[in-house]
Amino acid sequence: MKVNNMAYVFNESIELMPREEKKILQGKRLRAVVERCYNNVPTYREKMIEAGITPEDINTIDDIVKLPFTTKKDLRANYPFGMFAAPKEEIVRVHASSGTTGKLTVVGYTQHDLDDWSEACARGFASCGVTKNSIIHIAYGYGLFTGGLGAHYGGEYMGATVVPASSGNTARQIMLMKDFKADTLCCTPSYAVYLVDELHKAGLTAEDLSLKQGFFGAEPWTEEMRVKIEEGLGLKAYDIYGLSEITGPGVATECEYQAGPHVQDDLFYPEIIDPVTLEPVPEGEEGELVFTTLSKEGMPLIRYRTRDLCSLIYEPCKCGRTSLRLARITGRSDDMLIIRGVNVFPSQIESVLIKDKRISPYYHITIDRINNLDIMQIDVELERTVAFDEIKEIEALQKKVSADIASAIGVSAKVNLVSCGTIKRSEGKAVYVTDNRKI
Amino acid sequence: MLVNQIAVFLENRSGRVAEFSRVLKEAQINIQVMSIADTMEYGILRAVTNDNKKAIEVLRANGFNTASTDLVGFKVEDVPGEMCKVLEVLEGHNINISYLYSFAKAGEEHAVILLKVDDNEAAMNILAENGINLVEDNIL
Repeated sequence: MKVNNMAYVFNESIELMPREEKKILQGKRLRAVVERCYNNVPTYREKMIEAGITPEDINTIDDIVKLPFTTKKDLRANYPFGMFAAPKEEIVRVHASSGTTGKLTVVGYTQHDLDDWSEACARGFASCGVTKNSIIHIAYGYGLFTGGLGAHYGGEYMGATVVPASSGNTARQIMLMKDFKADTLCCTPSYAVYLVDELHKAGLTAEDLSLKQGFFGAEPWTEEMRVKIEEGLGLKAYDIYGLSEITGPGVATECEYQAGPHVQDDLFYPEIIDPVTLEPVPEGEEGELVFTTLSKEGMPLIRYRTRDLCSLIYEPCKCGRTSLRLARITGRSDDMLIIRGVNVFPSQIESVLIKDKRISPYYHITIDRINNLDIMQIDVELERTVAFDEIKEIEALQKKVSADIASAIGVSAKVNLVSCGTIKRSEGKAVYVTDNRKI
Repeated sequence: MLVNQIAVFLENRSGRVAEFSRVLKEAQINIQVMSIADTMEYGILRAVTNDNKKAIEVLRANGFNTASTDLVGFKVEDVPGEMCKVLEVLEGHNINISYLYSFAKAGEEHAVILLKVDDNEAAMNILAENGINLVEDNIL
């Protein structure tokens, strides 16, 4: 393994700021963001009035617990631009991710927000050895998904050379990395594992590439995957965390010590709450991760419930940065699935099935990871009176349902039609997902 | 006269054909002809029974997606070349066959062929005009 000794602190005054001093900064920023939300976004104003508070009640970062939570439901109710806190003339970009009912969750950015996001990514990149001389190969998808463009602008912001390869066409990806001698790779961890196998199939090894570090995120991954990626690609693999609602990748990124992603907590303030009582948990305990954006203008979020389950690491890191770190994400407090980096809610599938009279609303999702790729199979049950005389009729229905589901969830699934009554009915909580992936 | 057939949807799951026969046995229904068409993922079991109406009823009640279809049936001598003669007639009239299956009872001189075509009426007229021996009733 190549030794990485180039890591540096991108923004010393912020990243090394003593925690007590940072708390003061966080408090000031929180007050400003609460004022912005209160004055510009009806949903926030109504919620705060209902909770009996005004921006004047927010004076320190510890006052954050007085504020009401924001959920994906709020974003959906305000689709598309109702949560924006900046006038249209200041919004310069939108991104979107899949929502629960086929409607997208839309996020708007001002130039200031894009700069903050780029800075957040740049800090993470620098903390692992990326420099102005680096070549960053980005194999995250470009588009509404924040992965590609987020990493892209972060790389440019710090002066590195960015290769916007986007996703797909693996043979070309390998050729580009080999010929351009990229030292940094950004993609989903499952794609990185896939690259390892494809590299070997092409008769190449890590020695044919020049990679030193890689940033992998957008889906949960394991230490076993880290080992496979590091050995197979000859790099150090770092965990990068983000979600489009908060900004995108780079909300938290591991440093060279690979000891959990450092939260850029001057920009994004993390809390851990009990998902049932909604009370903050004691320091270091696991619960649901909640973020408040401290500097965003376009679409600030106050106490946004991510539904990701994890804990915060308070112990100071060897790298000297004072920020809190995230422990591994251990699951979700809702039923969201992450399939090849795409957020999928079972209810989206249900809403497709309900529309076709030939199939019943009963279904079962099975997810496997085959050759390091997530494969989703959906067993779909036929209505009792539906009948086929010819195979081509069955295949036509299967094809139609597959296409409808793919267009609703944004990722392909294998649809398997089954006879009426064969999907197990449950009496209590519906069990409609079997996830065989070992994460 | 047309021959009525039941068609049962089969997903790729072991034991489904046995289940099918168990359901019919319990309802005292006799299977007269049966054929299975299958692909990698799905199959369709086609059968003629002594009581298709009842068969559909009990099969649906037991979770089988079952269709009822009318087929054209004709009898041929059980000797080489007989089926070819009939198919050439249909081909000459551009009658498209979706599927067919045939059977011959031991000791009988005739074999019966069942055909699924787009236009039953047209196919029967053509066969009759050409002197083909159509099956006259549902009792095979």
